[in-house]
Amino acid sequence: MRTVSDTDRPRLAPHARMAFDPARERHVLLAPEAVAVLGGSGSAVLGLCDGERTVAEIVAELHRRYDHVSDDEVRLFLARLAAKRYVEVSDGSDE
Amino acid sequence: MEATSRPPDGPFGLLAELTYECPLHCPYCSNPLALADYREELTTAQWRRVLAEAAELGVLQLHLSGGEPLRRRDLVEIVHRAAERGLYTNLITSALGLSPRRAEQLRAAGLDHVQISVQADDPALSDRLAGTPSFERKTAAARLVKELGWPLTLNVVLHRHNIDRIDRVLALAEKLAADRVELANTQYYGWAWRNRRELLPSTDQLRRAEAVVRAARERLKGRMEIIYVLPDYHGRYPKPCMGGWGRRQLTVVPNGDVLPCPAAHALPLPRASVHEHSLAWIWERSPLFTRFRGTAWMPEPCRSCDRRELDFGGCRCQAFQLTGDAARTDPVCHLSPDHGIVVEAVRAAEEAVRADEGAVRADDDAVLPRGGVLTPRPHPSRPA
Repeated sequence: MRTVSDTDRPRLAPHARMAFDPARERHVLLAPEAVAVLGGSGSAVLGLCDGERTVAEIVAELHRRYDHVSDDEVRLFLARLAAKRYVEVSDGSDE
Repeated sequence: MEATSRPPDGPFGLLAELTYECPLHCPYCSNPLALADYREELTTAQWRRVLAEAAELGVLQLHLSGGEPLRRRDLVEIVHRAAERGLYTNLITSALGLSPRRAEQLRAAGLDHVQISVQADDPALSDRLAGTPSFERKTAAARLVKELGWPLTLNVVLHRHNIDRIDRVLALAEKLAADRVELANTQYYGWAWRNRRELLPSTDQLRRAEAVVRAARERLKGRMEIIYVLPDYHGRYPKPCMGGWGRRQLTVVPNGDVLPCPAAHALPLPRASVHEHSLAWIWERSPLFTRFRGTAWMPEPCRSCDRRELDFGGCRCQAFQLTGDAARTDPVCHLSPDHGIVVEAVRAAEEAVRADEGAVRADDDAVLPRGGVLTPRPHPSRPA
């Protein structure tokens, strides 16, 4: 699995979308024939993946908002979603 | 009812089999043999109500299938209603009938994803398995899907007559820029059950296929997702059918019957229909959905098995089909007292493959060994 680097600018893939599921009162990630029910932290991370912010900026923003943020867990979460192609990462370093 | 009666998360997916009309005649079709019983199809308004109730119940994914869902003239309207409810919509299609105009209408209505079946990588073999010239139209439609910006899944059902060609199937998927490819070993229900003797691959064929899939997954990592649906007859343990009975998915078939799994048409339980009950009642209360929910119904060896929450005793429909009793352990499990039935079917397949290999070159393009033995699935309106 490819790791994500601090300069990557992740965003949801065009065929994936995040939605609030009123029946379960949770955020969910929807993709071709796949549903992932997100925890609060997952939806917070994905909500910041706008293709503009870098991974470093996302982590910094999460630290500003929450007390306990594991940088490694955020990176692992994004790498997992990127491997499934729910998240796209464009490397910001070569701009 | 016991505590396991209603799983806390409710159903995630609804498989809507809109019609059993289909231009193809695939001998591995999972549709029921009694196709003519399903000709009285739900109306647009009835489907609209089903979708609304499904969304209320927590359904997030809608799989539009059949038969061929494009045969329904109201498909665009159904997609539109589903998208309005926030459902993620998947069209599962032969692609016959997916004209540029229809595709654009579906795109505008909010369809999220298209899955197109091909029967093989080779046009002549694909057409022969499908029972109608269709390969060229399928690949043209696959290109159209990509042009319109949809994610594309290519689906190929695997069996004795195409499983040795997975490398070429994957090359086709790459050429068509598929995002996902689903290599689905045939599951033996409906027409596939009738043709099982001619479809079941040998253990050697499967071993080779799995090696090809492993190498391709490595090579295509991050570019194309390869889903390989395991052949349960050859495994040690059964498949976790539907992720557990009445636990994650429900199926509505063309006449409005609601099933816990798309192969459950013939189970000897009272039928549940949207004509008589709400989806919520059917999901929570109907005997069909509660009978095998959870683990309390299980016989030995499932009841005390460590894997009972992993594979849920396997497939109820398969247990019924092979033993006549839907409450027995799925005979594909090597711990099942009925496992001999499956061992015998696999042994017969080994023998048949050896005979085929003696009769034709293994690599003979576009030739179905001993052709004509497979029973094509007929049109519902023209029974076999």
